[in-house]
Amino acid sequence: MFEFTTTRHNLLVDPALHLWGWQVAVYLFLGGLVAGLMIISGVRLVVMRPKERHSLVCCTIGPLIGLVLLSLGMFALFLDLEDKPHVWRLYLTFQITSPMSWGSWILLLVYPALLANALAHLPEAIPALSRRFPVLVTWSDFILARTRLVLAIGFTNLVVGVGLGIYTGILLGTLGARPLWSSSLLGPLFLFSGLSTAAALLHGILVLTLPDEERPEFADFLLSTVARWSQSRPLDPRVVPTLARADNSFLTIELTLLGLFLIGLLTSTEAHQHAARLLLGGPYAATFWVFVVGLGITIPLLLQLLELRHTIRHSLVPAVLVLGGGLALRFVLVFAGQASHWVVALR
Amino acid sequence: MPDLSRRRFLKITASALAAAGVAGKLGGAVVDRVEKVARSGIRKIPTLCDLCFWKCGAIAYVRDGQLWKIEGNPADPLSRGRLCPRGTGGVGAHYDPDRLRAPLIRVSQRGEEKWQEVTWDEALDYIAQRMQRIKAEHGPESMALFAHGIGGNFFRHTFKAYGSPNIAAPSFAQCRGPRDVGFNLTFGDEVGSPERTDIANADCLVLIGTHLGENMHNTQVQEFATAVGRGASIIVVDPRFSVAASKAKYYLPIKPGTDLALLLAWMHVIVKEGLYDRDYVAKYGFGFEQFAAALETATPEWAFPETGIDPETIRATAREMARYRPATLVHPGRHVNWYGNDAQRSRAVALLNALLGSWGRRGGMYVPVGFDVPGYPHPPYPKPGRGPVDNPGKKYPFASEALTTGIRDATLTGQPYPIKGWFVYATNLLNSLPDQAATIRALQQLDLVVVVDVIPSEIAGWADVVLPESVYLERYDDLSTNLFREPFLGLRQPVVESPQDQKPNWWIARRLAGKLGLEAFFPWKDIEEYLEYRLKAAGHSLAEIKREGIIPGAPKPIYFEDGAPAEFGTPSGKIEFYSTQLQKAGFDPVPRYTPPEAGPPGAFRLLFGRAPVHSFSRTQTNPILADLMSENAVWVNAVAARRLGLKSGDYVRLRHQDGVISNRVRVKATERIRPDCVYMVHGFGHTSRGLRRAYLKGASDAQMMSRYRTDPLMGGTGMNVNFVTLESEA
Amino acid sequence: MARYVMVIDTRRCVGCQDCVAACKTENGVPESYTRDWITETVDGEFPAPRLEIRSERCNHCENPPCVSCCPTGASHVHDRGGVVLVDRAKCIGCKACLAACPYDARFIHPDGYADKCTFCIHRVERGLDPACVSVCPTHCMHFGDRDDPFSEVSRLLASRPHHTLLPEAGTGPCIAYLT
Repeated sequence: MFEFTTTRHNLLVDPALHLWGWQVAVYLFLGGLVAGLMIISGVRLVVMRPKERHSLVCCTIGPLIGLVLLSLGMFALFLDLEDKPHVWRLYLTFQITSPMSWGSWILLLVYPALLANALAHLPEAIPALSRRFPVLVTWSDFILARTRLVLAIGFTNLVVGVGLGIYTGILLGTLGARPLWSSSLLGPLFLFSGLSTAAALLHGILVLTLPDEERPEFADFLLSTVARWSQSRPLDPRVVPTLARADNSFLTIELTLLGLFLIGLLTSTEAHQHAARLLLGGPYAATFWVFVVGLGITIPLLLQLLELRHTIRHSLVPAVLVLGGGLALRFVLVFAGQASHWVVALR
Repeated sequence: MPDLSRRRFLKITASALAAAGVAGKLGGAVVDRVEKVARSGIRKIPTLCDLCFWKCGAIAYVRDGQLWKIEGNPADPLSRGRLCPRGTGGVGAHYDPDRLRAPLIRVSQRGEEKWQEVTWDEALDYIAQRMQRIKAEHGPESMALFAHGIGGNFFRHTFKAYGSPNIAAPSFAQCRGPRDVGFNLTFGDEVGSPERTDIANADCLVLIGTHLGENMHNTQVQEFATAVGRGASIIVVDPRFSVAASKAKYYLPIKPGTDLALLLAWMHVIVKEGLYDRDYVAKYGFGFEQFAAALETATPEWAFPETGIDPETIRATAREMARYRPATLVHPGRHVNWYGNDAQRSRAVALLNALLGSWGRRGGMYVPVGFDVPGYPHPPYPKPGRGPVDNPGKKYPFASEALTTGIRDATLTGQPYPIKGWFVYATNLLNSLPDQAATIRALQQLDLVVVVDVIPSEIAGWADVVLPESVYLERYDDLSTNLFREPFLGLRQPVVESPQDQKPNWWIARRLAGKLGLEAFFPWKDIEEYLEYRLKAAGHSLAEIKREGIIPGAPKPIYFEDGAPAEFGTPSGKIEFYSTQLQKAGFDPVPRYTPPEAGPPGAFRLLFGRAPVHSFSRTQTNPILADLMSENAVWVNAVAARRLGLKSGDYVRLRHQDGVISNRVRVKATERIRPDCVYMVHGFGHTSRGLRRAYLKGASDAQMMSRYRTDPLMGGTGMNVNFVTLESEA
Repeated sequence: MARYVMVIDTRRCVGCQDCVAACKTENGVPESYTRDWITETVDGEFPAPRLEIRSERCNHCENPPCVSCCPTGASHVHDRGGVVLVDRAKCIGCKACLAACPYDARFIHPDGYADKCTFCIHRVERGLDPACVSVCPTHCMHFGDRDDPFSEVSRLLASRPHHTLLPEAGTGPCIAYLT
C-alpha cells in the first residue's frame, strides 16, 4: 500500500490547493464575455464601417454592457488579491514572462477601447441620456464621420479583445504545476467560449426586444421597465438570426477545442491523464457533463438550430444556457485545475 | 563562529572608560547609556532546557528585550550544540497563552476546575495550615510528595524537613524502574539517566521497542544517527515498524508481550554456539553453568510460535550480535513498564549484554562518571515516626525507589496508615499513573491536594490549591549534575521575567518552609547564594557557570579497558548470570517466560509511545509544538482497517474492554503495524478545559489504561495489557 | 558563480521536525504556517514496508516558474547563489506563484504577501548555515555551494546516490536527497 503523510498544513495550499475561488472564475467568465463583445463589435465596425447610426445591438448595447461587466469582473479580481491596497504595484513594471502582467496592462487598454466604441453609438443605445447631454451626440457624430477613426476603433477593439480573451488561458497554461491547465489550447478555448457567451448575450438581448408576437411573455415585463427608462426604439431584429448563427459557430468551435483539449491531456503523461479524468469521470464530472457540455453547449446548439429553421421561436433559453455554461466552464477549470497535481500522493 | 558579543564589547568599553579615569557623573552617565544600548540588540544567555528530563545545555537569544529563539550550547556534552525539536520550540513555553498565571484556590468541588485567584501568601498559608493539621492529627508521614525532575529538589528538601518519608516520582514504577532493578540484579548497578549507552561506537545496535527518532532523547538520537551513518548493523524488535525500524538491517515484527521468549532464544543460540565472550564471562561472571542449563529449552523453534519470528531469523540475528561483540549494544530501553514481567525481561536484556561482554566496554555500556558538588549544609532532617507507606512489608522486595502507585493504594485503603495529603510537582498524575478512576478516588479521600505546575494540567484540575511555576526560561533551578561520558555541571538560569505572578520552585519551597516553621532548613537568603556556595565548594563560581552554562570536569576513563573500575554491586561481587538473591526471594533466578494474556477476540492490544515534538502531556499547548503536531492518530494495520471499513483520516473512538470510551481520534491506516495491535502517541485527548489549545484534540491512551499488571519484583505497573475496539464516528 | 544547494541524507533523517521548529523561531513564521515540513512515504506491505522520510521546503529551482509568472517582479532570483526570494514591498498577493509551484512550497503570509523558505540568506551571508541545517540533531542536512568542487555538498553529490523531487516538472530543483 502506498501511504503519504506531510506535516505541512498551510492555508490555501493544504490539504489541496484552493487559492483561487469564485472571484477568479467570475472574472474569467466576465473577461471572456467582454472580450467577445469587443471582438464582435470590432468586427462589425471594421466590416460595416457605419457612417450613420444603426441600431446595431453589438455596437450599442454591446460596448456599454461590456464596460459594466468588465468593471464587475475586475472588482472580483481585486477581491481575490491578498494585499489589496497595493494593487497599483502591478503598474510600476512590465514583466514580459508573466501573462498576469500582460493582462493587467491589457485591461488598462480595454477601457479606452470600449469607451470609444461605446461613444460611437451611445445616442442609439440610450437616447434619453443623449437628450440630456447633447455633447454625446457631438462625439458620436465626430467619430462616425471619420471612417479611419471608426476603423481604428474597430481594429483596436478586435485586437485588444482577442488579447483579453486569450491571455487568461495562456496564463493558466503557463502554470505547469497544475497538469489540467498545461495545454496550449486553453487560450483559444477561452477565446471562443468568450465569443460564444458574448454572442449568446447579444442574441438574448435582442430576443428581449423582438416585436410583440415573437417575444416571450416575461420579456414584456423586462422590456417595459427598460423602455420606460431609455425611451428607446426596439433594436433591429434582423440581426437575431445572424447572432444565433454566429453563436452556433462559436459553440461548435468551442466544443471542438474542448474535445481537443481533453484528448491532449489523455494522450499525455499520467499526471495529465489523471487531470483529464477529474472532469470526465471524477469529482467534477457532473458539473462538466451536465452544465458545461450538455446544458452549456449541446442543448443551446440544438435549440438555436431549431430556431434558425423556424421550428421554434427564438427565446432566451439558449442565451441563458450558454452564459451558464460559460460560467460553469470557468468554475470547473479553476477548481479542478487546483485539484490536479504532479505529486502522485496527492492524486 | 563566536564573535564578541555586543554586551561584552560594551561592558569592556564601559569599564575601559571608567578605568581611563572618566569617573564620576560623566562616566556614570556614559555607562548608563551604554547599558541601555546593550538591552537592545541581541543577548545570548546559556541555560538548561526543561522540555523533558534530559536537561540539554541551551543558549537562549533575547532580541530587543524579547525572547527570540533557543539553540544548543556547543559546550554541552548532551546536546553538542543542537537541541531537539522540543528544545527548539521552548520559547513557546514562555509565550503559551494557556499558562497558569496566578495562585488559585478552588471554589467548588474538586475536579470542577472553578478557581479563585489569590496571592501567594494566601495560597501558601492555606497549604501550611492544612499540612500542620495533618501533621498534628495523623503525623507528617501522612503527607505525600510526588515530584519529578531537579525542579523538585527543593520540594523534596522541604518535605524531608517536614518529616515525611513518602516522596515518589512516577519515573520508577511507571517508567524505568524495572530496567534499573533488572540491571541492578545482574550487574549491581543501574542504567541511569542519561542511559550509559555507547550508541555512537556500537557496531551492532539492538532496539527492543525503543523507538529512537520518535523517542527524542537528544543524545541518544544524535548517537543513533551517527551509528546509522557509520553503517552499524541495526536490529529492531517492535510490533510497529518505527522510524528506527526503517533504518534497520533486521526488523522483527514481534508479537506483543513475547520479547522475553526472543531474548531467551537469542541467549540460547549464543551460548549453544559458543559465540559469547568467554574471557569476559569467565573473568566477571557468576553462576554461568546454571544459567546455561536454564536456557536448554529456549530454542528458536520453541520461540517461533510464541513470538512469530522464524527460527532462522532468530539465529541470524543472534549471530549478527555476536559477530560485532563487544561493541554490540542491546539497548536497555527507558519506559519498560509493559507486561508486568518487566524487571525479569530487563534482566534478560542485561544478561544478553553480559554474554556479549558489552557492559563496561566501548560500543556497549560505559561506566558513567560525574561531578561531585557538595550540598548546602542544613540541620539534620527529623526521623519520620513511621516508614514509607508505598511498599508495606517489602511486598515488592527489589523496589529500590518509592512506588507512586503504592502511595495511591495507601491513600485508598488507609493501610498501613492513611495518607491525607498529596503535594504534586510537575507530574500530571492522572496521565502518568494507570487506572485514572483509582487516582480520582484517591484524590477524593484527601484532606489536601496541592499541585505546582506551569499549565492547567488534568491533575491541577483536581487540586485544592494550584501554584503556578515559572517556566525554565524564567528561573534558576538546583545545579544539574549528571552521570555521563564525561563529568560536567550545568546551570539553569533565568533568561526573561515571568509574565504574570509565576514563581520558581526554590522560592515556593522556601516560602512554604517558612510558613511551616522550617526556616532553619533554608539558611540561604536567595538561590544565588545557595548556588554560589555549592559552586565555590566545588572549586568554581556562579559567575563562571552563568557565563558558560556548562562547567566541564576532568575526563575520567569510562571503559574497563581504559581503567574504569570493573566493580559489580551484587552479592557475589560479579555479574550474576544466576541470581541467588532472586532465588532466595522465591523468584526465577534466571528469567523464565510465560506467555502474555490474550485479549478479547476482535480487540486490539493498545500500545503507546512518543512523538519527537512533544513531551508526555505537558507540551500540547506550546504554540510552536502544537503547530508541529496538534493531535495524535491511532495506527491500525491497513488490512485490519479495511476490514473495519476505515481509512486514513476517518475519525473513531476507542472502546476499552472495560467500557471506557475515548475522545475521537484520527485513523492512520498503515502497513507499519501488526494486525493485532493499535498504537497511539501518548499525551493527547486533554480534558482540562484550561488547556484550550489542546482540549479534546486526539485521544488519551492514559484514559484507556484502566488495567495494569504489577511486577512482583519491584511494583512496576505494566500498562500494555489493555485491549480496545474501534468505533467509527461516521 | 555560486549555486547554493541543500543535500539531505534520508538515511539519517528521523523526521523529528527540528528543522521546522528552528525555521519558525529563527524567521518568525506565523502560527499555523510553515516554510518547511516533513513528509513520510511508505511503500510495500507489512512486515517489510519501505519508508522514506524527507525534510522539504522551497527547492530554489534553477528554472523557477514562480519567478516567471510574477506580475510585479516581487518573486526574483537573488544575485548570489541562485536563491529565490520574494520582495514583500512589491508583492500584491495575486497567488500566481503559489499556483505555479509544483512543490506547493509557498503560502500567503497573514500580512498579504507570498512567503517561503529563503535558505536563511540573512544567515548565509554572515557565514552561517540556514537555521534548519544548523539545528538538525542527526546532522543529516548539508548546505553549500555546488559550484565549488571541494565543498561538502559537491563531495556528497559525487559520492552517494541521490534524487530530487519531481525532476520531470523541469524546474531544476536544488535540494538533493541522499538515499
